Amino acid sequence: MKLRDMTELAVRNLREAKFRNSLTTLGVAVGVASLVAMLSLGVGLQQLATSRLTKSGLFDSVFVTPKFNMRGGPPGAAAQSETPRLLDEQARGEISKLPNVIEVFPQIRFPTEVRFNEKPYPTVVAGMPQSSQQSGAFDGMKGNFFSGESADEAILQIEFAKELSPDTASLVGKTLSIRYAERKTLEDGSGGFSIVPKERQLKIIGIVETEPASGFGGFGNGRLLIPLGVAQSLRATQINDLRDAVRGGPVKPTYASLTVRAKSTSSVDAIEESIKKMGFGAFSLLDASKSLKIFFGVFDLILGLFASLALAVATLGIVNTLVMAILERRREIGVLKALGASDGDVKTLFFFEAGVMGFLGGIGGVIFGWLIGRALNLATNIYLKRRDLPSIEISSVPVWLVFLAIVFAVIISLAAGLYPASRASKLNPVEALRYE
Amino acid sequence: MTTTPAPTQNAIQLDHVSRHYTLGSTAIRAVDDVSLTISNGEFVALLGSSGSGKSTLLNLMAGLDRPTSGAIVADGKNLASLSSAELARYRRNTVGMVFQSFNLLPRMTLAENVELPLRLAEVDHDEREARVAEALERVKLDKRSQHRPSELSGGEQQRTAIARALVNRPKILFADEPTGNLDSATGESILKLLNEIKESLGMTIIMVTHERPLAEKFATRLAMMGDGKLISDGTYAGARP
Repeated sequence: MKLRDMTELAVRNLREAKFRNSLTTLGVAVGVASLVAMLSLGVGLQQLATSRLTKSGLFDSVFVTPKFNMRGGPPGAAAQSETPRLLDEQARGEISKLPNVIEVFPQIRFPTEVRFNEKPYPTVVAGMPQSSQQSGAFDGMKGNFFSGESADEAILQIEFAKELSPDTASLVGKTLSIRYAERKTLEDGSGGFSIVPKERQLKIIGIVETEPASGFGGFGNGRLLIPLGVAQSLRATQINDLRDAVRGGPVKPTYASLTVRAKSTSSVDAIEESIKKMGFGAFSLLDASKSLKIFFGVFDLILGLFASLALAVATLGIVNTLVMAILERRREIGVLKALGASDGDVKTLFFFEAGVMGFLGGIGGVIFGWLIGRALNLATNIYLKRRDLPSIEISSVPVWLVFLAIVFAVIISLAAGLYPASRASKLNPVEALRYE
Repeated sequence: MTTTPAPTQNAIQLDHVSRHYTLGSTAIRAVDDVSLTISNGEFVALLGSSGSGKSTLLNLMAGLDRPTSGAIVADGKNLASLSSAELARYRRNTVGMVFQSFNLLPRMTLAENVELPLRLAEVDHDEREARVAEALERVKLDKRSQHRPSELSGGEQQRTAIARALVNRPKILFADEPTGNLDSATGESILKLLNEIKESLGMTIIMVTHERPLAEKFATRLAMMGDGKLISDGTYAGARP
């Protein structure tokens, strides 16, 4: 029988026992919906985690340090066999010229004491390049980004802002001062330096809820963010100043570490390798991202397995419905055979019926699953809003999941139709025609 | 009654055909060593009491069942040695079946019921319509093609079943008690229709019945079965006005 005729007959047969077949199809839909809801949750959480990390700029960045460090150099290097390269302005220039490098900027972080309303608040200052505005790390911030590289402006991380005032929004536009230790090089050529306490007035222009300066190096997460140009001009004492002084120190200033931003995560490995060849220490978080993908892969698999249990129950429903259909349509099968239907025709007809139930159940399931995902998002965001937290999407149904769910439902249904179809095809036409 | 003459062209030939069943520990010889040759264009009536084996013999000739032993040669092939798929092709292309209880599919219209063998034979959609219309016109039901079987009388349902059996233009038409569920007048009209079809299309008709008067009136040959055996076999003049 032709495909079109077979489909038409299958749909007609399914319409005959509307209630029973609808229930069976609903069973498949519930199974698929649980699968879609579970996997969309996995996908949503994965997207949430990776987008947060990607926005933080950690995955498309390489962190460069001089090979000499306070912990005694890189692993395995018991002693420095040769003079390590200095991570200075010249090195920064060389790294900038590497292929696929967008920008190279120093990580400047230093401890400070913030004075606001005559009260001291110790925290860490971090210099942020202007480009960080595009990385998405400042998405959803209140107020404005820095007006320029040398503007005496500050953006506060929300947790620190809460320490200054419970009404964080009221802080924007106010002024605070930071006290820090300036490094002043001695003029005797010894490489030594004096530490001079300094103070600088900064205008608060924004509050940010993310942690744009949660990278590596320095003194920890920056909670008070200032333009990188301003941070450099302050010449605040950095951890490498102590190291340089111990080593006998160059007259030229060096960087404690540099951050190299790559065009894409795929070019991070090559850049890292090139920097290592230049004689610097380099590392990236790409490996951590791979582990994250493996983790979510396993997470999705476990969610999928649980959801598949519902689909397995639905499969039994299909078997049951089709076996019942054989009993009810025994005589009809006999008629079809008497009119010339082969065993294969009868088998294919039942297969089609199972496939149609799977296909319709799959579509229904995707819609239900998507609705469950929307409900999860809504419920989560209501909860987060009550706690004054930003909204998120914990469930996401990508196009591939839609297709996968429908194809999976059809395959499972066809597998469920195997036994009934085979049983129907083997019916003896004479006995089937005798059936009342 | 005269002895059957040797046929020049056979529609179907049975050679020592037996069909045995076991029911529990009892062996049943439903058809027991039957040899029969039916020529093209004959209208054969298989007569006999209930359980005489006439329906079993019809099922064997129609390719719905396989003999325990013996050979059934139809359309140049021994049905006993055909595969399941080949036997289905034989039922689809060479023979047509009419049943006592009509066996129309209740959820389909008359046209759809008649179209079913064409679907199975993968006949093109455009050709189907014309053939269905022709078949229904032949049984004078062309005006009721969109009705469902439940909306028809028994006679009309049987005429639809005949249209369905004819639509694939079979060489042999098998009818299993075609008048069994009909009153005598309707039964007679059905046999008259079968006879007209035989005359106009030149096909062979093999009919199981236990209504001897009707068989004598329309059939050209009467074969009597008893206890699975062929008891008698003779020709008649055929349909008489």
